[in-house]
Amino acid sequence: MKEKPDVLQGTLALMVLKTLDVLGPQHGYGIARRIEQISGDILALNQGTLYPLLLKLEHEGSIASEWGASENNRRARFYRLTATGRKQLREETHDWEQTAAIIARFFKVKAEDLP
Amino acid sequence: MRFLRRFFIRLSNFATGKRADQRVREEMAEHLALQTEENLRAGMAPAEARRQAALKLGAAQAIREHHNAEQSLPLAENLLLDIRFAFRMLHRSPGFSLIVIATMALGVGATSAIYSVIDATLLHPLPYPHPSELVRIEANLPGVGARNIGVSIPELRDLQDSGIFQYVSLSFFGTNNLTGSAQPASIASKSVSPSYFAVLGVDAQLGRTWDPHDATPGFIPEVVISDGLWKRAFGGDPHILGKSLRVDNDVYHVAGVMPASFRDQGQTSEERRTDLWAAAGFYGDPAPPPMRGTRFPFETIARLQPGLSPDAAQERLDALVASLKKQYPADYPPQAAWTFHLTPLAETLVGNVRQSLILLFGAVGLVLLISCVNVANLLLARASARGREMAVRQALGAARMRLIRQLLTESLLLFVLGGITGFAVLFCARKFLLQFVPESLPRLNDISISWGVLAFAIVVSVAAGTIFGLAPAWLTSRLNLTETLRQEGRGSNGSRRRSRLRPVLVIGELALSLVLMVAAGLLLRSFWGLFKVQLGFNPTRVMAIETSLPNPNDPSTDIYRTATQEAALLREVLRRNRTIPGVEETAVSDRAAIPLGYGQSDHKAVPLLREGQDLQRSQPPLIDTLTVSPEYFHVLGMTLLRGRLFVDQDVEETPLVAVINQAAARMYWPGKDGKAEDPVGKRVRLLGRLGRARPEWTTIVGVIADARTESLADAGIPQIYVDIYQRPAKFLAFYLRGQVDPAAISAQVRTQIQAVDAELPVFRAETLDDVLSSSLSVRRFSMEMVALFAATALLLAGLGIYGTISFLVNEQSRDFAIRLALGAQRRDILEMVLRQGLTLAAAGAGVGVAGALIVSHLMAGLLYGVSPYDLSTFAGVTAVLTAVAIAASYVPALRAMRLDPIATLHSE
Repeated sequence: MKEKPDVLQGTLALMVLKTLDVLGPQHGYGIARRIEQISGDILALNQGTLYPLLLKLEHEGSIASEWGASENNRRARFYRLTATGRKQLREETHDWEQTAAIIARFFKVKAEDLP
Repeated sequence: MRFLRRFFIRLSNFATGKRADQRVREEMAEHLALQTEENLRAGMAPAEARRQAALKLGAAQAIREHHNAEQSLPLAENLLLDIRFAFRMLHRSPGFSLIVIATMALGVGATSAIYSVIDATLLHPLPYPHPSELVRIEANLPGVGARNIGVSIPELRDLQDSGIFQYVSLSFFGTNNLTGSAQPASIASKSVSPSYFAVLGVDAQLGRTWDPHDATPGFIPEVVISDGLWKRAFGGDPHILGKSLRVDNDVYHVAGVMPASFRDQGQTSEERRTDLWAAAGFYGDPAPPPMRGTRFPFETIARLQPGLSPDAAQERLDALVASLKKQYPADYPPQAAWTFHLTPLAETLVGNVRQSLILLFGAVGLVLLISCVNVANLLLARASARGREMAVRQALGAARMRLIRQLLTESLLLFVLGGITGFAVLFCARKFLLQFVPESLPRLNDISISWGVLAFAIVVSVAAGTIFGLAPAWLTSRLNLTETLRQEGRGSNGSRRRSRLRPVLVIGELALSLVLMVAAGLLLRSFWGLFKVQLGFNPTRVMAIETSLPNPNDPSTDIYRTATQEAALLREVLRRNRTIPGVEETAVSDRAAIPLGYGQSDHKAVPLLREGQDLQRSQPPLIDTLTVSPEYFHVLGMTLLRGRLFVDQDVEETPLVAVINQAAARMYWPGKDGKAEDPVGKRVRLLGRLGRARPEWTTIVGVIADARTESLADAGIPQIYVDIYQRPAKFLAFYLRGQVDPAAISAQVRTQIQAVDAELPVFRAETLDDVLSSSLSVRRFSMEMVALFAATALLLAGLGIYGTISFLVNEQSRDFAIRLALGAQRRDILEMVLRQGLTLAAAGAGVGVAGALIVSHLMAGLLYGVSPYDLSTFAGVTAVLTAVAIAASYVPALRAMRLDPIATLHSE
């Protein structure tokens, strides 16, 4: 049986930031659902690991959080992107795309293409 | 930036104790609830829905821990916990803690004490700005084997103009008579070039020093005085500047007062306590005209251009020497191979005590090492007792690194507390301890227990704690869980490795203390050898009291210029001294002739020209010349071997005579073909210094037996004695043999001397026995210190072997009980335990003897009259060590012997 790939170090943070960017303020469960939906079942993620990461991002100033009411009117912690986080997301998106483009080009190259 | 923000938030959470546990719990509960609802909507059964939600979330406890770790700083939190726990452990076993702290206090305290001495002397020998720029210049003639021949004024100018140095200065240390105040005083003074203080880079606290470019040929009529003299002789008069004082009858004005913290540089403690500085150009009266060949036997010091290394400066100096040789071939004959040699000033000042201090530091380092080993041993012993605790901790999930960190924190706490205690004791006892440091140590006054020493103590304890705490921590945390838990229940002791390490530590301790004891033994024997040496003179019941005659810059004002003028004074003072109650005999000599006195550092070697032998040689041999009165030999009990001594008929008008010692006879008149040559009747010329040569022939009239008046360690220094009534001396010592009261004698002699000349200072009354004993002070100091350290080491090693044997006995008690139950004799048990102790001692002695051979070889230079491989010392020390080891094993052996087999076996 093939193992599901671990979430790459650092990419989870990027996914969280992007989720908040697209969906606006979300609670932890919402973020976890969204990541799961988009990645399908490919990513093996213990959803609980999200919470220490959220705290870390909050300490870093990329996101902020406050208590609010969830869909069924219970108390839940809502996270939102800060200005710093938006800037960080832009930079990291750019970096990521660049890296991905380079890797993609490497995969495209065939032996006969080389001079 | 982001990282810093995160760190500071965590730090503030750590400091304020803010927790986020409640928050993460709530969030996770909500998460589960939402997921369960989702699962229910997907059609699962309620129980299954909850189960799947929990699975998806992951291990709740681990998530909470991660979250909490992110909230705060787990490392710091753990450290705090560890320290708190360490304090609790310390409190729980006060006996153990006390022993460890005391042992470390001893080791670190002693090491810091020696460090403070080394810090002041070896590490910071020059209390001046940019000390690395200061150098000493020595002129040598390696071609004819002459060293430190001095510098002439034209050469000094060449050095100044070379561009290698900022400033160059001559200096000549001496003593002068300061008169005009209530009591004439002899003060330490220096004649220097005007640039002297510019070289040192120190300015006056009051007034000024001289202009370094001052070009006065003779003495500048302004002097600089020390803070000490200012307070002593002038009561700290704030209007001292411009006031006049009389030095050797010459009148000077005070130009400046040096700061209280200023100490002059120099090789003797007298020189470092210089009170008055006079500056001269040294090319006008009283100095001879500046000729390239007229060299002053002065010290030359200089300050290098900034950024120039001594090596680079030496290279440029060599080039200068080469060009000067080309320019003045007549003054620098090629066969003499004249050179200048630069030495960093710091190195020249501590040379004579460096070896002793390094020995002491080595010795104290060994004591520290033994203390550390002892503590490591104790930690291991406790580790055995805590095996169960460690096993339980591990069983509850503590990682090995975590355990090591905790144990290391505990030992570090003990070591640092020990270090601080040691420093505190040292700090409180510093006044008391400084009494034991010999006077002759350079910069004695600057030894202080400063922040630097505290930092040293803490760094040493932390380093020692890390090194010697790590191994026990490593071994303690390394255990087989199930076995330990099962075994501990039966009271047996855990890891075998631990019990194997302990004997190794004890062997190391024994070996180290053997090394120290051998060093102490050898030093003791050297000291004893010097103490018991045949002196060749008799110091008992003889006192020496000094005076000095003025030496004015204008010789025509000197009332004691000729030998005849001085003889009248000396004969009158001697006659008066004989009238003092209790005095049997008196004599007088120059200061350099006080046996083993501090005048040994005076320049007293003069060139000796033998008739018919040395006249062609450009560099005659140097011989120590001592000026004495006829009674000197009898007062000091020196033996005449041939010829005659001086008599009253030898005066200025009669032919010059001299007496030599046997060593001089052997060296300069060795005879030919195995036939001894009689030196009596031979004629020599003794060349004076500073060009004041007395070219008359001197006839050798007698030979005396060798006496160790110049060095206890060397009986064979060639000496020539000349008659004080024929060659006057300025620095005088009067000797009184008899039953005199040392407390009153100084005043009595002062009255007699000042009755003849009221302007003469009288000072430094000492018995020759005291002079002899203070000449041994540095040796005594290092011997006593090393002996003290060795005793400490032996005590620690004894404790170490006691602890280890007790531990082994404890471990084997079951074994002994079974043996006894099966009918073993109690004697056999005793022997068995003692044999274990002896095995350790033998192994320790074996390793120790090998180490001691290396160390004693290194310290051969400090020994006198005993071989570094002296068999009796080695044997004696090994015997003492073995005896201590047996004694230390005997108590636990007795305990093993008296074991009650039934009680022991039942208790297991």
